[in-house]
Amino acid sequence: MNELIDLDAAELARRIHGREVSSVEVTRAHLERIDAVDGPAESGVHAFLHVDAEGALAAAEAADRAIADGTAASALAGVPIALKDNLTTTDMPTTCASRILEGWRPPYDATVVTRLRAAGLVPLGKTNLDEFAMGSSTENSAFGPSRNPWDLTRIPGGSGGGSSSAVAAGEAPLALGSDTGGSIRQPGAVTGTVGVKPTYGTVSRYGLVAFSSSLDQIGPCARSVLDAALLHEVIGGHDRNDQTSVSAPLPPVVEAALAGARGDLAGVRIGVVTEFSGEGYQPGVLAAFTDAVRALGELGAEVVEVSCPSFAYALPAYYLIAPSEASSNLARFDAMRYGLRVGDDGEHASDEVMSLTREAGFGAEVKRRIMIGTHALSAGSYDALYGKAQKARTLIVRDFTAAFETCDVLISPTTPTTAFPIGERADDPLAMYLADLCTIPSNLAGNAALSVPCGRSADDGLPVGLQVMAPALADDRAYRVAAAYEAAQGATTPRIPELRALEASR
Amino acid sequence: MSDITRDDVAHLARLARLAVSDAELDVFSGQIDAIVDTVSKVGEIPDDVPPTAQVVPQTNVLRPDETEPSLPRDVALAGAPAAEEGRFRVPRILGEEL
Repeated sequence: MNELIDLDAAELARRIHGREVSSVEVTRAHLERIDAVDGPAESGVHAFLHVDAEGALAAAEAADRAIADGTAASALAGVPIALKDNLTTTDMPTTCASRILEGWRPPYDATVVTRLRAAGLVPLGKTNLDEFAMGSSTENSAFGPSRNPWDLTRIPGGSGGGSSSAVAAGEAPLALGSDTGGSIRQPGAVTGTVGVKPTYGTVSRYGLVAFSSSLDQIGPCARSVLDAALLHEVIGGHDRNDQTSVSAPLPPVVEAALAGARGDLAGVRIGVVTEFSGEGYQPGVLAAFTDAVRALGELGAEVVEVSCPSFAYALPAYYLIAPSEASSNLARFDAMRYGLRVGDDGEHASDEVMSLTREAGFGAEVKRRIMIGTHALSAGSYDALYGKAQKARTLIVRDFTAAFETCDVLISPTTPTTAFPIGERADDPLAMYLADLCTIPSNLAGNAALSVPCGRSADDGLPVGLQVMAPALADDRAYRVAAAYEAAQGATTPRIPELRALEASR
Repeated sequence: MSDITRDDVAHLARLARLAVSDAELDVFSGQIDAIVDTVSKVGEIPDDVPPTAQVVPQTNVLRPDETEPSLPRDVALAGAPAAEEGRFRVPRILGEEL
């Protein structure tokens, strides 16, 4: 394996900009890695739904020329990146891992994609996800699951399991994800990578295919906290094309990651959320978390326990609000303007074509959620279900507000277990939903939260994630704490697992 | 349980324009009943708590009312399942029974 794929984005950028290695060489190394481990779809990592080698090499050549001319667009110019396939791209298909959008070429780039291109990053391709980002394992992808590089029989998390597995497998140093209930953080946790959900509204959603508009947030996936921060600063900031875009300046996340890495958390108050423990939590996950709490104390932080009793309503509220918004958002897939059309034979009327198309084009989880959302918003149920879920949201916001009065950040395990076997929860939606238990509150309240690798579980040797939650617009606090913890952990865990068996089988 | 019946799910599927099969209805009705039962926990919350619809602290985002370029017609039609004479071609709107 080429050592270039083992390097951080920050280190790759340093070498590319120092002319020690070209962006073309770095890009080619990652394309070769993708060739070596990503396929076949039935047994490889299967992180990618589409790889654009030609486009990537052209972008890399352009970055090399700019660097030679002294006109590099940004510090990350020339560094390759993978894009979750619910972000629109004019030069690659955007499928949302759904048959209904198979092969669709969007007419415009998402704002984050425009910004990446302007910053000289090199898009490698589009990564797999649960269909329309609904799921926690990528098993809901219409094109088959991605696999966890640490154990190819297990899930890489979801919905952004393509982005997490690409980064964990060394197929890309960076990736973008979208986090509606944990879809960046939980995949980060189970693949031993960093995943950040920025404060709601601070990264433009323009060109992100909408799932649940009041919760969706695009964010970075990386192998280090600093890399995530560098990418965060490229994609973040106000965008007039997104009505929910916040005009406040982006928090200084790179500065915070650099400061945190110096390893001093004196004066920082960290709250352990007591509700996120106990039944349903894997012992090895809790043990790794307890070790992290001790490590944070050794870094000088004051660690206290905080109770957020209303977080018990987070999962139920989420599985009402997200399906409700999804049922409305996905009404746009009507077989008229783009995407699949089934039954257009001159016999069927428009509404029948619509129903036949949606039946053929959507998978089971998407249909379930659309129907649950339709139920929650219907006249007889609205007050008891959707209305109450919005009230739950208020209680969760209040719990966060109270906790942040005494604590700078809150911490918990990112998800209750390590990566579970593919198939284990596929037929049990409620068991699948539990993977999002700890990540959902920050989506409902809109604050910042990230997952940073937290060693490996003693019971199965698989990666564990530490979640750090910060108040809205104080993303820098989470970066500082995570960077300090990451630095203290040192290189005890290889960041890219061996995939020799897969490489040897080629 | 939440008392969501198979007929209720069939009704939801019609409302949501999903031509689900009988076999799917068998599976979905049990699953949706169990999910709605679980999420109904929010019913415990007192009525006097105010709702939160979204968390961005801003309202009425305005911009100058200026004409800007929009998608060219051929680009807008490029992904259409069917196009004719520079327009989206759609199936007839009314059913036979009307």
